[in-house]
Amino acid sequence: MYVAVKGGERAIENAHRLLAHERRGDPAVPDLSLAQISGQLSLAVDRVMTEGSLYDRELAALAIKQARGDMIEAIFLLRAFRATLPRFGATEPLDTANMQVRRRISSTFKDVPGGQILGPTFDYTHRLLDPSLTEGAAIPEPAQGAVDDTSMPRVTDILGADGLIEPSPAAGVGQPVGDLTREPLSFPADRDLRLQNLARGDEGFLLALGYSTQRGFGRTHPFAGEIRFGEVEVEFVAEDAGFAVPLGSITLTECQMVNQFKGSAAQAPCFTRGYGLAFGQSERKTMSMALVDRSLRARELGEEVRSPAQDEEFVMSHSDNVQATGFVEHLKLPHYVDFQSELGLLRKLCKEFEVAKESDVSLAEAAE
Amino acid sequence: MNAPVYNFAYLDEQTKRMIRRAILKAIAIPGYQVPFASREMPMPYGWGTGGVQVTAAILGREDTLKVIDQGSDDTTNAISIRKFFEKTANVTTTTVTSDATVIQTRHRIPETALNDNQVLVYQVPIPEPLRFLEPRETETRRMHALGEYGLMHVKLYEDIARHGHIATTYAYPVKVNDRYVMDPSPTPKFDNPKMDNCAALQLFGAGREKRIYAIPPQTKVTSLDFEDHPFETYRFDAPCALCGSRTSYLDEVVVDDKGGRMFVCSDTDYCETRRADGHQGAGFGADHQVT
Repeated sequence: MYVAVKGGERAIENAHRLLAHERRGDPAVPDLSLAQISGQLSLAVDRVMTEGSLYDRELAALAIKQARGDMIEAIFLLRAFRATLPRFGATEPLDTANMQVRRRISSTFKDVPGGQILGPTFDYTHRLLDPSLTEGAAIPEPAQGAVDDTSMPRVTDILGADGLIEPSPAAGVGQPVGDLTREPLSFPADRDLRLQNLARGDEGFLLALGYSTQRGFGRTHPFAGEIRFGEVEVEFVAEDAGFAVPLGSITLTECQMVNQFKGSAAQAPCFTRGYGLAFGQSERKTMSMALVDRSLRARELGEEVRSPAQDEEFVMSHSDNVQATGFVEHLKLPHYVDFQSELGLLRKLCKEFEVAKESDVSLAEAAE
Repeated sequence: MNAPVYNFAYLDEQTKRMIRRAILKAIAIPGYQVPFASREMPMPYGWGTGGVQVTAAILGREDTLKVIDQGSDDTTNAISIRKFFEKTANVTTTTVTSDATVIQTRHRIPETALNDNQVLVYQVPIPEPLRFLEPRETETRRMHALGEYGLMHVKLYEDIARHGHIATTYAYPVKVNDRYVMDPSPTPKFDNPKMDNCAALQLFGAGREKRIYAIPPQTKVTSLDFEDHPFETYRFDAPCALCGSRTSYLDEVVVDDKGGRMFVCSDTDYCETRRADGHQGAGFGADHQVT
């Protein structure tokens, strides 16, 4: 008796075995390799690396495989691994102006030095299902152009040269870099921590928040000043060597939004910035991030804080999908002890309600 | 690929030191919520990551660990966390309350009185007792700093005005050491008196919310109430069907589809110990119809 209430170690073990079985699917179908996931589901890998805050394609691919394609579960796996890694220090600030660009577009100018480069994008495809992919038809070789060494200055730097946009805050060389995975977050939070939070934040959540600003909930009049995607060198100053050592290159997407600003008593009207940065090719993420970053600067720019996307405590406390999914899904855990005390109270209240009603009725009858 | 290698009790020593500093501060300021840099743990937020981090930070090789959820050692999440520490720390585990040196719990305080050689680690989902009255952390921290708890008393008063009772049955707010109002985690208010003047150290870990707080041993803990509406705990109509206890917290078990119910101790170790000592309840056959 009373066995059904017990969890049982065997039940857990069997559930894990069944899960492994379901994850693998039909054994007659070949097993997915990590190279296939990394190579052919590359945007999924990019997202898992970004929100998992760990640049490692192979581990991200493994996480996706283990999570059966559940992105948040994969992000969680990567985060849990990342949390155990030692920290050696912080790299030098990345110089995205020197990016080896694979794609670069600006919506604010018809042409810019270095040109508009479409690169690999879904943007102008017709969204028609392509049956040829089911058979794995051969793909034509990509077109090749001549190597062009023209520099590609950031569009915001071009605007900055004319003093039309606020300057980027100077990098605090030698200053410690804020890290919300090492220090608990407190409010108000500085922009470095806000950007870190947004970079790790859920793409869907940021997309909806960014979208809400476009629909009037904290409007910022944005233009996509520039989106660039490509490889950037990472350098690290090794104490022993005394100079910056290149560690290799990583693939990044950067989005700089250019937003209207009417000016304040202390500041002339100028364009302002919203910034987005993510691993791999993550344009939706970086654009959403840039919109929300600009909205969250409301306090700093003296704008009225009225909408969810401008409210840093609201945004930053709810952007993390690993936290969110954990707490939402923990409702699956047993809560019967608390439910029992609610049951007890409810029964008591109902009983008292009935008694009160009866005495009301008898009072009414007496009055008649 | 980097093959993962994990430290004793999973967390690296640096992280443990950081958590221990937070714990020491929490003990020094009873009931005060100390922010700490909570790590991602290999179990989801909301499933005990705060408690697991506190346990990992205080666990030594000589410790004996007990893990309960809903008062029971046999619930799935309790098993999962116990196995986690068996695997990562290789410590002795037990289900016997009096044998344990560290007890991690979710939603209950053991019925057996704790001693001064024990630490009770609570898993906490929402550490802020004022959160549902004021959603902003910036505001609630200020309210704690100023000891401004009027809002909480107004809430309890409104309960009485509306229902005739304080309608909070679990996570019932307490005042610690006459200073900080504290959330006892979602334990039923039945358990609140056990926190008062407890011989054991009580530690509370909230992983997702990144807070640690504590009640040092032998500290005054009072449940908020009014002179004319004193704090009272829920009384059960029936004794435990298995061990006959009239003083323990009972779970209601639905035994058929005709309204049949059985009430049994939520604390499984307490119930088993009593039965081993010869106590007996009316058993499964007896009807405890809820009317």
